[in-house]
Amino acid sequence: MNLQAEIPLDYMIVLSTIVFFVGLLGVIIRRNLISMLMGVELMLNAVNINFVAFNHYLFPHRLEGHFFALIVMAIAAAEAAIAIALIINIYRQFATVNVDDVDELKY
Amino acid sequence: MDYSYTLLILLLPFLLFLFIGLIGNKMKPQLSGVLGTTGLLVITVLSYFTAFNYFTNKTGEAFKAIEAFQFLWLQFTDKLIIHLGILLDPLSVMMLVVITTVSLMVHIYSMGYMKGEVGFARSYSFLSLFTCSRLGLVLATNIFQMYIFWELVGVSSYLLIGFYYERPSAVAAAKKAFIVTRFADLGFLIGILILSFYTNTFDFNLLTSDDGPAIAQPATAVFMGLSVTTWAMLLIFMGGAGKSAMFPLHIWLPDAMEGPTPVSALIHAATMVVAGVYLVARLFPIYHFTSPDSLNVIMYVGSFTSLFAAIIACTQLDIKRVLAFSTLSQIGYMMVALGVSGYGSEGLGYMASLFHLFTHAFFKALLFLGAGSVIHAVHSNLMTEMGGLKKYMPITHITFLIACLTIAGIPPLSGFFSKDEILVAAFEHNKMVFAVQWLVAGLTAFYMFRLYFNIFWSSNREYHHTPHESPASMTIPLILLAVASIFSGFVPFHDLVTTDGLPLQTEFHAMIAVPSVAIAVVGIIFSAMLYFRKNPKPESIATSLSGIYTFVYHKFYIDEVYLFITHNIIFQFISRPVAWFDRHIVDGTMNLIGNTTVFFSGAIKRMQSGHVQWYIWYFTSGALLLVLLILYLN
Repeated sequence: MNLQAEIPLDYMIVLSTIVFFVGLLGVIIRRNLISMLMGVELMLNAVNINFVAFNHYLFPHRLEGHFFALIVMAIAAAEAAIAIALIINIYRQFATVNVDDVDELKY
Repeated sequence: MDYSYTLLILLLPFLLFLFIGLIGNKMKPQLSGVLGTTGLLVITVLSYFTAFNYFTNKTGEAFKAIEAFQFLWLQFTDKLIIHLGILLDPLSVMMLVVITTVSLMVHIYSMGYMKGEVGFARSYSFLSLFTCSRLGLVLATNIFQMYIFWELVGVSSYLLIGFYYERPSAVAAAKKAFIVTRFADLGFLIGILILSFYTNTFDFNLLTSDDGPAIAQPATAVFMGLSVTTWAMLLIFMGGAGKSAMFPLHIWLPDAMEGPTPVSALIHAATMVVAGVYLVARLFPIYHFTSPDSLNVIMYVGSFTSLFAAIIACTQLDIKRVLAFSTLSQIGYMMVALGVSGYGSEGLGYMASLFHLFTHAFFKALLFLGAGSVIHAVHSNLMTEMGGLKKYMPITHITFLIACLTIAGIPPLSGFFSKDEILVAAFEHNKMVFAVQWLVAGLTAFYMFRLYFNIFWSSNREYHHTPHESPASMTIPLILLAVASIFSGFVPFHDLVTTDGLPLQTEFHAMIAVPSVAIAVVGIIFSAMLYFRKNPKPESIATSLSGIYTFVYHKFYIDEVYLFITHNIIFQFISRPVAWFDRHIVDGTMNLIGNTTVFFSGAIKRMQSGHVQWYIWYFTSGALLLVLLILYLN
C-alpha cells in the first residue's frame, strides 16, 4: 500500500470540502425535508472523510480518528431516525413535507 | 383602688363597632340601634363610676395621675419606647364623663332621628368607632398613642360627615374636613417628633412633671429666633387648631354640617372639636414653663377666632351653620382661657377653659339636637323657612330656650359660670383680649336669640305638613341635656380639675359678672327688637350695610381665598410645572427607551420568518464571516 505517494492529503481535504458544501447547499436550497436530511448526512460524511484522512496521513499509528468516524456514523444513524420521525409527524400535522409550508413558528 | 376595668371603656365601643359594622346589615336596623345604645349605656355607667371613685378617693392633697393600664407596644431602642395604656387624671376623667354623656344622648336621639334611614346600622357602627377613638384620645398615656387615636377621630369624623355619600356636597365636605385636619396633623406630628427628640420620651407624666425632661432641661437649641421647644409646641398647637377649627384652619367645620344632625352634635360641637383644647390642656405645663410665647399665640388665635366666628354667625341663614360658627366662637373662648392662664394658684384660666369645655359640651349638644328636632319637623335647614314653631313643638322650644340662655351666659345657668371665669382670667391677664371676649359675649347672645326668635316666634307661617313634636327618643335626650345645662354650672370644678391637682381658690367678681350679663341682656333685647315679630328692619339694616353684610355673609371670603391660593397659585405655579416635568421629561425618557426598542425590533422581527432554511443561511453566513474575520485579523 503506497497510497500516500499517489493521493496527497490536499485531495482528501478538497473532496471533503466539496462534499460538505454540496450538503450545505442541499440543506439550504432543497425544499423537501427528506432531501434536506440527505444534505445533512452529506455534511456529516464530509467530516468523516476529514477525520479518517487526517488520522491516516498525520498520525498513522493512532486510532482516534477512526473511532470518531465510527461514532459519527452511529450518531448519524440515530439522528436520521429522529429526523425521519419528526418528518413523519410534520407530515401528519401539515400534510406536506415542503419546508416552506412549515412556518408557523414566527414573529 | 383598682382601675383596670377602665380597659372595658375602650374595648366595648370598639367591639360594638366591629360587631355592628360587620353584621349590622344582616339584623334589623332597630336592633343595631338598641345594641349600640345599650353598649354605650354600660360605658357611661362605667365612666361615671370611674369618675366617682377617682374624685372621692383622693390620696393626699392633690389629685394624682393614675396609670390604670399600661403595656409595652413597640420598643425601637432603649429610649424610643411606645406604650399603650390608660391614664386617669382629673382632666381625662372629666372628659370621660363629658364624652360618654353626650355620646349616650346622641345614641338615644339617633334612634328617632335616623329612623328609616338606609344606613341606620352603619351610623351606629361609625358612632361606636368615634366614641372608641375619642375615649382613646383622652385616656392616652403618651403623646404617640394620643396621635394614633387623634387620627382615628379624624377618620371617623370623615366617615360620619360623608354619611350621605350619594350627596356630592357631603362627599366634598368630608374630603375638605379630612384634608384640612390632616394638613394640620402634619404640624402635630412634626411637633411630636421635635419634642420627643429633645426629651427622649413620649410619656405625658414625664413630659409634664416639674422635674421632667421637657421642663427641667428645656432644649436650648434655637431655630429662626425661637427655641425649638417653642417651635414644637407651636406645631403641636397647629394640630390642635386644625381639629378645633381655629382660624385659619376653621374652614372645614361649617361644611361638616353636611353630616346627620346628631353627628354634628356629637362630633362637631361637643366632643371632637374640643380635642385641640384638650391637647393644649394636656401639655399645659410645657406650654407654661418653657414657651410662654406659644401661649400668647394661642390666646390671640383663640380671641380672633371667637370674634370672627361670632360676627359671621350673625349673618348665616342655615341654622346648623349658625351653630357651627357659634361652636368656633366658644372654642375660641376656651383657647383664650388657656392662653391667659398661669400655673398653680394662678391657673384660673386653665380651670375656666375646661369648665367651659364641660358646660359647652352639654348646651351645644342640646342646641344641635334641638336644631335637629326642628329640621326633622320642618325638613329644611334655613331659618327663613321657619317661624312660629313654639306652639307646635313645646318641648323643643323650652329646651332650646334654656340652651340659648345658657350660651348667652344668663345666671344661674351653667354657661354664666364658665364664661364668667374665662372673662375674669382674661381681665387679669390682658385687658384688650378681655374687651374682645366681652364684646363676643354680647354678639353670642344676639345671634343665638336671632336664631331662637326666627325659629320659634317671628311669623306664623303656613306649613305644607303641620310640624309636630319629635318622638320621645328625641325629646328625652333634649330634656336630660337641658337639665345638665342648667345644673352643670354648680359642679365644684375649681376643686376638681386644676393645673396641679390642688383645689383652686376662686371668688365671685361682680365687676366682671355684671357687665358680662348686661351685654348679654343687651344682645338679647336687640335681637328681640329685630326678630321677635316679622318686620322689615333686619332687611333694611342688611341693605344699609350691604357691602359689609355680603362680605360677612360669605364668611369673609376665606374659602375663596383658600381656593384662590390652591387653584391659582399652588396648582398654577407649582403643581402644573411639576406635572409638566413629570409628563414630558420623566415619562419622556422612559417612553424614548421603550419606543427605541420597539422601533428596532419592528425593523428586525421579519428575520424570525419561520422558514428554517433562512435561519440556516444566516447561521452559515455568520459563521463564514467570523472565520473570514479571524483569518483577516491573524
